[in-house]
Order: sequence, then structure tokens, then C-alpha cells
Amino acid sequence: MEAVLFFAAALGALGGAIGVVAMRNPLYSVLALIVHLFSLAVLFLLLASAFVAAAQVVVYAGAVMVLYVFVVAYIGGEVESAWEPIPGQQLLAPLLGAAIFVELSIAVLGSSLKALDTHGPHVSAGFGNPAGIGKLLLERFLVPFEASSILLLLAAVGAVVLAARRGEVGTSDEHSAPEARSEGVSTSP
Amino acid sequence: MNVEWYVVLSSLLFAIGAMGILIRRSPIVILLCLELMLNAGNLALVAFSRMVGNQQGQVFAIVVMVVAACEVVVGLGLIVAIFRRRLPLNVDELRELRG
Repeated sequence: MEAVLFFAAALGALGGAIGVVAMRNPLYSVLALIVHLFSLAVLFLLLASAFVAAAQVVVYAGAVMVLYVFVVAYIGGEVESAWEPIPGQQLLAPLLGAAIFVELSIAVLGSSLKALDTHGPHVSAGFGNPAGIGKLLLERFLVPFEASSILLLLAAVGAVVLAARRGEVGTSDEHSAPEARSEGVSTSP
Repeated sequence: MNVEWYVVLSSLLFAIGAMGILIRRSPIVILLCLELMLNAGNLALVAFSRMVGNQQGQVFAIVVMVVAACEVVVGLGLIVAIFRRRLPLNVDELRELRG
């Protein structure tokens, strides 16, 4: 049963990943990534990490993907041209990807990790539940936790600064962005 | 399933993501492939955490998720700013920073 679930989820993850790379329309790439993320959540559940799986579904497949869909809808699903600036790029890139895969596999499987071909030690039923993760996050890893919260705040402020309208000529943004003008960033024409 | 299956799957997903970054030219799809690579790293972290029988790897995975969310927000902000300035959304044509 576990093997069946693993192979189904692994096929979903691989198919989603290949779909992201192969689809010409960015919207279909985003949808393929959602399939990939749900399959990964199943794999996380198989690895006895319930909280990470739930965070994956809620944060990634929910919030982040909605952001992607909004941006793709805003800029329009522009289909990429087939023009290649580097000759042979489409042939060379899969070769390099396969080289990375072989290299990583040799590095991991050739390592002297004894427990790699085992199922892992037996863990209690509460392994990876929110209580355990939260206790670790608020006691042992308190400083990284606070640092990541500051990072999130900085990213939010940075995104607002990056995507704000400024210096753009047009009557439509006279009402939509009064903050940008009050900062004195934009010069009214 | 043994842990090595998960690790090999994660390296395969990482390689697919890296290949996508090399092939595609739309900034949005490059960000999506970056997500693939980060998620492959997450899968390896969680698999090793299961192998050791320790929950600390899962905390690392959650921190990676936070960093990925920040990267998405800033990257999409950049894409929206590029689009607003009527610049082409193609990483081969956005080469002003190349020396």
C-alpha cells in the first residue's frame, strides 16, 4: 500500500515537474506546478511529516500559486517564441540536467550513510505533528524563526516598493496611487 | 519505501528544475522552475529527517518554505515592474546588467 502511494505520488510529482518545463503557456505551467505540489504533500505525509505536508498545501498550493495565477493573468499568458539565442540550447540543457542528476545520485548513493537503504527508525505517532514542530521552532530554533519573520516583512515591503507605480505618465493612476506621489518619488509632467 | 528512493526522486526533480531554468526564457517560468528546485531540496530535507528520526529537518524545510515565499513575492514584484515599463518579458532581451 505504501509502495503504491509512493509510486503514484512520485509519478504525479515527476509529471508535474516535466509539465512545468514543457508547457508553452505560463498558465498551464502554473497548473502543472500545483499538481506537483500536491504530489509532494503526499510524499511528505508518507515520510511522517504531517505539519510540513499541511503547510505545503496551504502555503504553497494555496497562497503562492494564487499569486502566480494573478500575475500570469495580469501580464497575459504570452507564449514563448521558439527563437534560440544560443544555438543548440534545447539539446544541451537536457544533457546538463542529466549530468546534474547522475552527479547528485552518485554523491548521495555513494556516500557512507548506513541508514540510507532502510526505512528509517521507528518513530512514535506524534512524529512531525504541529506540537513537536512548534516546540522546536519556539525553543531551539527561536532565532531563525524571528529572522525568517523579519525576512518576510522585508520581502513584503520590497514587493510594494518594486511594483508601485512611479513616474508613469497617465491620468488613470492619478487616483490609484496617491502614496507614490506624496513621497515625491514621481515627478508630475 | 526506503529513504534512498525519496532522495533519488528529489535529485531527479532538482535536475528537471535546473534543466527548465536553462531552457526557458520567460521570467515567470524560470521562477516556477526555481520553485521546483527548492521543493526538491525540501523533499531531501524531510527524507533525511525521517532517516535520522529527528524532527529538526522538518523545521529546516519550513524555513526553506518561508524563503521561497519571499523569493516569489520579490520575483513577481520585479516581473510586474518589468511589465509596467513595457520591457520585453524575456531574459535574453533583458541584458542591460550584462557587462
